[in-house]
Amino acid sequence: MSLLDSFFIRAALAGLGVALAAAPLGCFVVWRRMAYFGEATAHASILGIALSLSFGTSIFAGVLALALLMGWAVSALSGRGYAMDTLLGVMAHSALAVGLVTVSLLQGVRIDLMAYLFGDILAVSRFDLAIIWGGAALVMALLWWRWSALLTATLSADLAYAADINPRREQMVLTIALALVVAVAIKVVGVLLIAALLIIPAAAARPFANTPERMALIAAGIGAFCAIGGLQLAYLYDTPTGPTIVCLGAACFAGASLLNLLRQR
Amino acid sequence: MKLICAKGLSVHRGKAAVLKNVTLDIASGEIVTVVGPNGSGKSTLLRALIGATEIAKGEVTRKPGLRIGYVPQKLHIDPTLPMSVARFLSLPCKVSPQQTQEALAQAGASTLGARQMADLSGGQFQRVLLARALLGNPELLILDEATQGLDQPGSAAFYQQIETLRSTLGCAVLMVSHELHVVMAASDRVICLNGHVCCEGTPEVVASAPEYRALFGSGTQGALALYRHDHDHHHHAHDHGHTHTHKHVPDHNHPHEHEDA
Repeated sequence: MSLLDSFFIRAALAGLGVALAAAPLGCFVVWRRMAYFGEATAHASILGIALSLSFGTSIFAGVLALALLMGWAVSALSGRGYAMDTLLGVMAHSALAVGLVTVSLLQGVRIDLMAYLFGDILAVSRFDLAIIWGGAALVMALLWWRWSALLTATLSADLAYAADINPRREQMVLTIALALVVAVAIKVVGVLLIAALLIIPAAAARPFANTPERMALIAAGIGAFCAIGGLQLAYLYDTPTGPTIVCLGAACFAGASLLNLLRQR
Repeated sequence: MKLICAKGLSVHRGKAAVLKNVTLDIASGEIVTVVGPNGSGKSTLLRALIGATEIAKGEVTRKPGLRIGYVPQKLHIDPTLPMSVARFLSLPCKVSPQQTQEALAQAGASTLGARQMADLSGGQFQRVLLARALLGNPELLILDEATQGLDQPGSAAFYQQIETLRSTLGCAVLMVSHELHVVMAASDRVICLNGHVCCEGTPEVVASAPEYRALFGSGTQGALALYRHDHDHHHHAHDHGHTHTHKHVPDHNHPHEHEDA
């Protein structure tokens, strides 16, 4: 009997993996004001789920493909007459709606929509766990490798160009990382709450950080705390796990804001 | 040895041409200033030289391995991004604390290392940007309206720093500025830009050129008195560059708008 036989341990490890990858990535999402971008990518994944169910491919692959497609479409359409938030609003909600309609049209496939919308962390299998940690490790490696270039491009496209960094390439790196995180996080918190896992830990970490790196580390810590703590609270009070994790995150944010307020007085 | 050359450079924004057939080069150690009214393509020219904007026609050649230090026109740092001055200087290449301190001292900002970028005043911010540009030990320093938002003494001190740097580090400087009087005094060469190069030469030559007068007017509050010499105030009476002048005057029949720019 190994440790991974316990569904609770598997769930905890899954939550931890997603949180550790999502938090540093979430910092970039916050710095670059891309919160809606995460939302749009996540919503597109419902369509990915529907398509992979109808074609019988793996859900992970379907979601990854659709999330990448969404990222590419938004990048390609941006700067052509529509403000970014308008564009993302159109794309995010259209993708969600098309996904939901497609799911309803699927004949003979029984699908638990709730599990995809809100996650089903307690049903994480060993295989899921491997995919989650594989994806999370890939995202963390990607961020580690491109960190300086990403930061420079985030500060200013011109500074990046002057230092021989192509800001468009760095944007693509972020899009890929975001698609990966969405694809692995669906099982944990579900489509509707993925963006929360990205943004809330980063936002809660902000008052305690004086460098970007510290903010990413603190965000990762907060994210990990929320994943494990939320899981335990959900187990204790028999609440849905994904939303409980996000609630704990919201509490952390509230606490951080309050502490910051008191400190400034 | 030319550091950077632009030949027949044209840049478009949408369908409109921002720059047309611009040719210029920068030799090592010289201070070159680009002046011109709003929308004349000054910033675009600098951005084309560092490769930040697409070139429609012409070409930019750099000396192989040219080290450029770039100070942008404005840099907005999102308040959600915590960034200490020392950390900012280490982007994208890591530098030692000693190098950081040295660059800050050269830019006249030696006490600012531990501060947050968001907490700096306008002048301090520009000095930190300058320090960052100095860190790569640049052969060419490119400044885009680096004194924007500074008061007169502040910008005068800033340009003095630039001249000192040129003489100590020996780097060439290419800058864009609105502050004609300070800049004209501090430059070896001035390029007057309005979509294309109107005129160029030493500050004295440019200040008395009719094309320059057409753009900036001849009564620039005595700031240019230094250069006014014996030239006529009405460039129509001037025989040199006569036809050229006529081409531009209709676009700029309110030259006084630019006086304080």
